Amino acid sequence: MSAADLPPGLPGGPEPVRPNYLNWSYTVRDWLLTIDHKRIAILYLVSISIMFALGGAAAAVIRAELTSPTGRMLESETYNKMFTMHGVIMVFFFLVPSIPATLGNFCLPLMVGAKDLAFPRLNLLSWYLYTIGGILALGAMIWGGVDTGWTFYTPYSSIYSNTNVAVTVVGIFIAGFSSIATGINFIVTVHKMRAPGLTWFRLPLFVWAHYATSVIIVLGTPVVAITLALVVTERLLHIGIFDPALGGDPILFQHMFWFYSHPAVYIMILPSMGVISEVISCFARKRVFGYEFVAFSSIAIAVFGFMVWGHHMFVTGQSLYSGMVFSALSFIVAVPSAIKVFNWTATIYKGQVWFTAPMLYALGFIGLFTIGGLTGLYCASLAVDVHINMTYFIVAHFHYVMVGGATLGYLAGLHFWWPKMTGRMYPEGWAKLAAGITFIGFNLTFFPQFIVGYLGMPRRYHFYPAEFQIWHILSTAGASVLAVGYSIPVIYLIWSLKYGALAGPNPWGAAGLEWQTPSPPPSHNFDTVPVVTWEAYNYEEDVDEQAEKGRESMPGVVGAIEEEQHRTHEH
Amino acid sequence: MSAEVAEEHGHGHAHHPLQCHQFEDMDQQNETYIVGMWSFLVTEIMFFGAMFLAYTIYRNENPAVFIQAGHLYLLKVPGGINTVILLTSSFTMAVGVYHAQKANRILQVVFLSLTVLCAFGFLGVKAVEWYTEIGLEHHLPGPGFQYKVTPEEMKEHLGTDTLPAAQASVPASKAQLFFCLYFAMTGLHAIHVIIGILIIGTLAIMVARRHPAAKYYMPIEMAGLYWHFVDIVWIFLFPLFYLIPKKG
Repeated sequence: MSAADLPPGLPGGPEPVRPNYLNWSYTVRDWLLTIDHKRIAILYLVSISIMFALGGAAAAVIRAELTSPTGRMLESETYNKMFTMHGVIMVFFFLVPSIPATLGNFCLPLMVGAKDLAFPRLNLLSWYLYTIGGILALGAMIWGGVDTGWTFYTPYSSIYSNTNVAVTVVGIFIAGFSSIATGINFIVTVHKMRAPGLTWFRLPLFVWAHYATSVIIVLGTPVVAITLALVVTERLLHIGIFDPALGGDPILFQHMFWFYSHPAVYIMILPSMGVISEVISCFARKRVFGYEFVAFSSIAIAVFGFMVWGHHMFVTGQSLYSGMVFSALSFIVAVPSAIKVFNWTATIYKGQVWFTAPMLYALGFIGLFTIGGLTGLYCASLAVDVHINMTYFIVAHFHYVMVGGATLGYLAGLHFWWPKMTGRMYPEGWAKLAAGITFIGFNLTFFPQFIVGYLGMPRRYHFYPAEFQIWHILSTAGASVLAVGYSIPVIYLIWSLKYGALAGPNPWGAAGLEWQTPSPPPSHNFDTVPVVTWEAYNYEEDVDEQAEKGRESMPGVVGAIEEEQHRTHEH
Repeated sequence: MSAEVAEEHGHGHAHHPLQCHQFEDMDQQNETYIVGMWSFLVTEIMFFGAMFLAYTIYRNENPAVFIQAGHLYLLKVPGGINTVILLTSSFTMAVGVYHAQKANRILQVVFLSLTVLCAFGFLGVKAVEWYTEIGLEHHLPGPGFQYKVTPEEMKEHLGTDTLPAAQASVPASKAQLFFCLYFAMTGLHAIHVIIGILIIGTLAIMVARRHPAAKYYMPIEMAGLYWHFVDIVWIFLFPLFYLIPKKG
């Protein structure tokens, strides 16, 4: 009996023949000219994964270099180029677009019951802008490099650096418009494309998180765009407003830069928090505790996030009084995040916890984000920051929130929605193993950095006193483990595309409209417009039954789902 | 892209030929486009806003420079003419949108073309101004920048042939900062005018040639919103650079 004799749908057998967004056409043209939000999400997934690998490679070089206190591998200028490359790629080309452009693009229209985003062609343009910006920035950083740091402080970036600043900055500028396009699309979709009955307070918290993220994107990104444009103008045309010789103020650059770049970190974390809300409620089989609090906390983070940029500039000579105000506001902005953590914890309490891989990543998020967030408060304390600013303490803080937080949330979401996106289950055992290795590797990499930073190790240096070496070696060892932890999912996720168990429409029994379509969904998402009569996270009832009641008039989908359920082996 | 949609359509009702597949009806589509355009304009406000912020900060720190340089050298008459031109163009654009909604093809083309004409007029006046500033006065920041205030100019514009102490010590470098901001902000605005010409011009041509997509008034309404925004930015730029720097 050969593989061809197996009935369709079993692992290793022929593909099921139901048309879906993946299999209706395999031509390059139909992928590169698609306007289907699901295909665009996959395009982004591929691009972002490539960027993550490149940014990770730069990190590997950094960590290898730092094992020696005398910097034996790289010239100083090359080291500068390495950490610049790592920062630029990871911030602008991985973290900012990661969840919104992949999971947001895929799930948002499904979650609101729409056939697509409000502006599908704008969505495709967004991917092209990202790709062009990425190619420009990568090209500049690989051929020649940039050594200003991802923060491009003036006057070094605008006048004195002899590296490929202009091309890199233009690449980031273009990618910024990619981000803005996504933000506009999401805002308009949530306002105008919700299914009947889907009021704001019935929306999944993932949608609230992406809405708040999009507001930040729309308000903040243009500011960094013009700021970077001014740096390029100053470099190329000598028309500059940051040049002290002209009476300009280099610190103005920092104000304008951080006015975006601080809200940018909330762009990076809010979608991840949205993922966590979905994952935790599903795998504790409970509605999210304090739904309205979590929803409004996303908005609060967006609002307050715009008021705290000065906490990156405590030691720049800005007014001490403004420093105090920024410090106070930074404490306030931590409160909505804490509210979320409390509500997630209350959600898990007395729930029926199912320790799947997404849940492991989500639990890791809660712990690591809490550490990262609390150390943020140390950084926000003026007197403490005088000592720890520009040390590895700051580096450790933001990696705890960005990697332990945002990236773990991305991995949680990727695993959670993988069955929906591909119609296949990933191998759960390997996924749990990878989650554990990632968690261990992450802590081993970054916890020593808190210590060595507190002891005085400066950022962006590759020469350091010999007594710090042990901490750097621990950190590099951790980075090796972390690399293994990241690599394992790449292997099994790709493996699962062909050999993974077929997933039904709702393998997790999760609430949310996206689980009421077949896996993978058809191109048009829903055969008829769903009518929502139930509250979000209605885990007290059978989620599929509830949706069934609101779906009498969707015979096409019902038939397809029933067919799936007969054919697959549900857990 | 229509192949993708036709493949899987589950419902049977017919819809408006201009309705995109993701919408349920034309009302939703129209409202969505308007909300989308306004969201984009918010980003444009933030885009220009950052430079207005820089202007505010530097003016606050160097009031003497801004008063002197702007008052002496920026030409109010061309600036005023440009303001009138842009306001007129906003009016013709609004009338063009009205005719688009009423599906009056010829009048649409007329008023959209008038708008483009006004935009070209604006750019022409701007070119003359910039020629004066850059070619004749050497005020383009960079190695060739020159800044000298003669007693005659002071007498004519400020009513005195000696500068108050604060203004006497304005170094050329600080004046260069003023001109950096001037060229950057009016330059960015001019880029937006050019983009507006391209968009409105293309729409006018599409309407004139009876392109099927041009039967739909919404793109013209969205272009109208964009053009009014460009106009409003100028309404802020003009007083800030040309009018406010005034003695007393």
